[in-house]
Amino acid sequence: MNFQLTEEHEMIRQAARDYAQRELIKDVIERDETATYPTQHVKALSELGFMGMLVDPKYDGGGMDTISYVLAMEEISKVDASVSVIMSVNNSLVCYGIEKYGTEEQKEKFLKPLARGEKIGAFLLSEPEAGSDATSQRTTAEDKGDYYLLNGTKNWITNGYTAGTYLVIAQTHPEKRHKGINAFIVDRHAEGISVGPHENKMGMRSSDTHSVMFTDVKVPKENRIGEDGFGFKFAMKTLEGGRIGIAAQALGLASGALERSIQYAKERKAFGTEIANHQAIAFKLSDMAVKVENARNLVLKAAWLKDQGMEYGTTSAMAKQYAADIAMEVTTEAVQIHGGYGYVKEYHVERLMREAKLTQIYEGTSEIQKIVISRSLLKD
Amino acid sequence: MSVLVYIENRDGQFKKNQLELMSYAKKISEATNQELVTLSIGNVKEEEWARLSAHGATRVLNGENLPNQIDNEVFAQALFAAIELVQPKYLILSDNNTGKALAPRVSVKYRAGIVSGILGLPISYEPFVGKKRAYSGKAFAHVKVNSDLKVLTLSPNSFEIKESSGNVQLEAFEPALPTPKTKVVQADKQMGKLLLSEADIVVSGGRGMKSADNWGPLEELAEVMGAATACSRPVSDEGWRPHHEHVGQTGKIIGPTLYIALGISGAIQHLAGVSSSKVIVAINKDPEAPIFTAADYGIVGDVQKLIPQLIDAYKELKQ
Amino acid sequence: MKILVCISNVPDTTTRIKLSGDKKSVETNGVQWIINPWDELALTRAMELSEQNAGSIQAISVVSVGDASVEPTLRKALAVGANEAIRVNLVPADSYSVAVQLAEVVKQENPDLVLLGIESSDFNSSGVGAMLAELLGFASVSSVSSLELSSSGLTIKREVEGGTEQLECPLPAILSVQKGIALEPRIPAMRGIMMARSKPLKVVEPVAVEPLSEWIELELPEAKSACKMIPEDNAKELIRLLHEEAKVI
Repeated sequence: MNFQLTEEHEMIRQAARDYAQRELIKDVIERDETATYPTQHVKALSELGFMGMLVDPKYDGGGMDTISYVLAMEEISKVDASVSVIMSVNNSLVCYGIEKYGTEEQKEKFLKPLARGEKIGAFLLSEPEAGSDATSQRTTAEDKGDYYLLNGTKNWITNGYTAGTYLVIAQTHPEKRHKGINAFIVDRHAEGISVGPHENKMGMRSSDTHSVMFTDVKVPKENRIGEDGFGFKFAMKTLEGGRIGIAAQALGLASGALERSIQYAKERKAFGTEIANHQAIAFKLSDMAVKVENARNLVLKAAWLKDQGMEYGTTSAMAKQYAADIAMEVTTEAVQIHGGYGYVKEYHVERLMREAKLTQIYEGTSEIQKIVISRSLLKD
Repeated sequence: MSVLVYIENRDGQFKKNQLELMSYAKKISEATNQELVTLSIGNVKEEEWARLSAHGATRVLNGENLPNQIDNEVFAQALFAAIELVQPKYLILSDNNTGKALAPRVSVKYRAGIVSGILGLPISYEPFVGKKRAYSGKAFAHVKVNSDLKVLTLSPNSFEIKESSGNVQLEAFEPALPTPKTKVVQADKQMGKLLLSEADIVVSGGRGMKSADNWGPLEELAEVMGAATACSRPVSDEGWRPHHEHVGQTGKIIGPTLYIALGISGAIQHLAGVSSSKVIVAINKDPEAPIFTAADYGIVGDVQKLIPQLIDAYKELKQ
Repeated sequence: MKILVCISNVPDTTTRIKLSGDKKSVETNGVQWIINPWDELALTRAMELSEQNAGSIQAISVVSVGDASVEPTLRKALAVGANEAIRVNLVPADSYSVAVQLAEVVKQENPDLVLLGIESSDFNSSGVGAMLAELLGFASVSSVSSLELSSSGLTIKREVEGGTEQLECPLPAILSVQKGIALEPRIPAMRGIMMARSKPLKVVEPVAVEPLSEWIELELPEAKSACKMIPEDNAKELIRLLHEEAKVI
């Protein structure tokens, strides 16, 4: 057992922290309020290599391990989860999916610009009538010989508008149910694609979430990932890794709220002393810290398992479910500790609370995670 | 055996902090029972000698024909010549750009220990121990100097000016100096402007000033109060004010008699840079701002509204 | 042209300083260590110059005097873009000890330009730059706020009491730099962090040196008494208190 981060891990964590505390903090409240996409920040984080940090350097990535990635995700999420979700989707869904399962040609053509952050990726799985249940895909990809023809609608797509590259999950052989599903790399600007309006969300307001409509969109055959019918497995495997990213995001929301609460409790006075000296507040901080520490350990364990090439699906589900649930609890307590100040935007914690809610919902709700966890416990 | 002090003139005049330095050197010479020798470089206005005299100066090495602003290396040669001449036990300089450039050279040349930015009189003379700021104002260090010659650079506003009867005797000082390696091609002076490091009162603005355009009233307040202007780090980072006005841990560390913080939240780095001010006034619209924990007097309110009222109130007081 | 940037390893600027039991040093437990902010600006400017004058700067080296605990800071400098790092294996007692070690490194490495911050945020002595200049006899300028390469050497702006000066400075030179010299310090990129793995970090043994001074004790500033709050509509009262109670105006 070794809980010591390496010097390089510390350097990466500090780099992400510096960027978040120095740059993201400046306009995060305004971007949240106006739901403005963080164009400059995505560009800057791309230049720093955070957008493709897990990708092998031979495909222009940062070549970092999953532990580095979750450390960076936590620090960015302490300040701006809208930015970290863009980072998460690009890294752990799109880049990971193509790098792990794509052909050499696909990596050359699509992965490199994604790893450099010149293009941002989006992962198109959810549908109006298929959120958590990924088996019932209504979007179809009809095999037309040398190309596929895409038709249908995808919902809640992070980076839906700004992405340059889509990973689309669609049904090719409805009769085979989930074994007929395929995954495709699709140029966002291909003919027949239209993007719906920006969703006006409760939190993560500056990430662009859209629905995307496909009408007779031609996708070249060579853009299919894996064998015919590999799509469902592809989506499930990719989401396993994606969960680590969102777990790290939830962790960041919680630990960011805790940091702010500690600082506030040491400065704010009530009844003649700093509120940190009141046991009611001190115990809240203690409870929050235990939850954050537990979540961090789970998240790091999942990342470590993945880096070791070991089975991590159940642990990443645990990490995602636990971190998301405690993020909601810890951010809510943070607002409570801040009192009236917690309810106004200047003190940041109300935003963290709104954002925490989404981590319990997207990339597999907490309930779905429990299904994953319990199935793994109960399987023979 | 002597105490040698370098008194710097600006445009032929001695500023307040130099009189502080003179008084300080006088005190050290009395305490150690040694001759006080003053070094002056560049042309000084005639009437200024009387002021220096009134603060304890007696023997003055008057390098009136030496250029006032010169290359550090050449300047150091002038200082070395003075040291050879009077064999001091103490060399005292201001803790400003000049002192910071020269003291270390003397240190190397004569293997002399420095207390840079010494705060007031030493804690003890034998052994010599002086107090200075450390960790950018977050702590103080007691520094023991082991060498025979001690070099001190005095922190501004750390010693009170004391008048004492002196009797200035000017002595021509014309050491031969080498040609400087560097060449000054242009010099820009902030004429008439009070220097931050020398000011008794500093009026400082933070992000709460909202924009670069709102600095007029703050400058007016500084002017009527005879104060220097300063700013917090975000303000200089945004380019609202020049870098040399930035006070704080990575900017200038100051210790004026009165520091007025307008719209400054008071990050720990900022507080470190101003914490040795005698009195701190904070005006901020956020009652939770940490600046209030460091301040002696505070007003929770809008700085834009309050500055003109402060100007009026101050003018009224002075009438 | 070769540039050597001298860096010192200091507690992060947000650190709350606590004293160790013997009051001779600060508590280092939980302290985040960083490149001294002014040294980091010097390194940033070196990187900028290297980018702006393609091909004219062959190497940027960084050097620090300290035990193995300064290595993470040196490796960060490598990740930001320095080509090689040198550590002089000595825990220095004062500015003079640092300067003597650095002078040896300069003699070995032969840089054309030595850059360092105007002071370190721990000792705040502003001594090393000028000491190094005196030890080596290089041209030197302190309080440098702007630096460009020129055909004959360097074009520099520096702060002097009450103004600024523009200077021409030949090489080799030692400059101590302050704010304004460079834009924001750089955050290391993933690629830089990766490349730092294979860049050299050389450890050299110190030369003998007698410190000229020592820190015998540290103390913390006294806690401030509570802030006296004055109603928002009463600027006059504030001025009165400053005049009559605090007696500062």
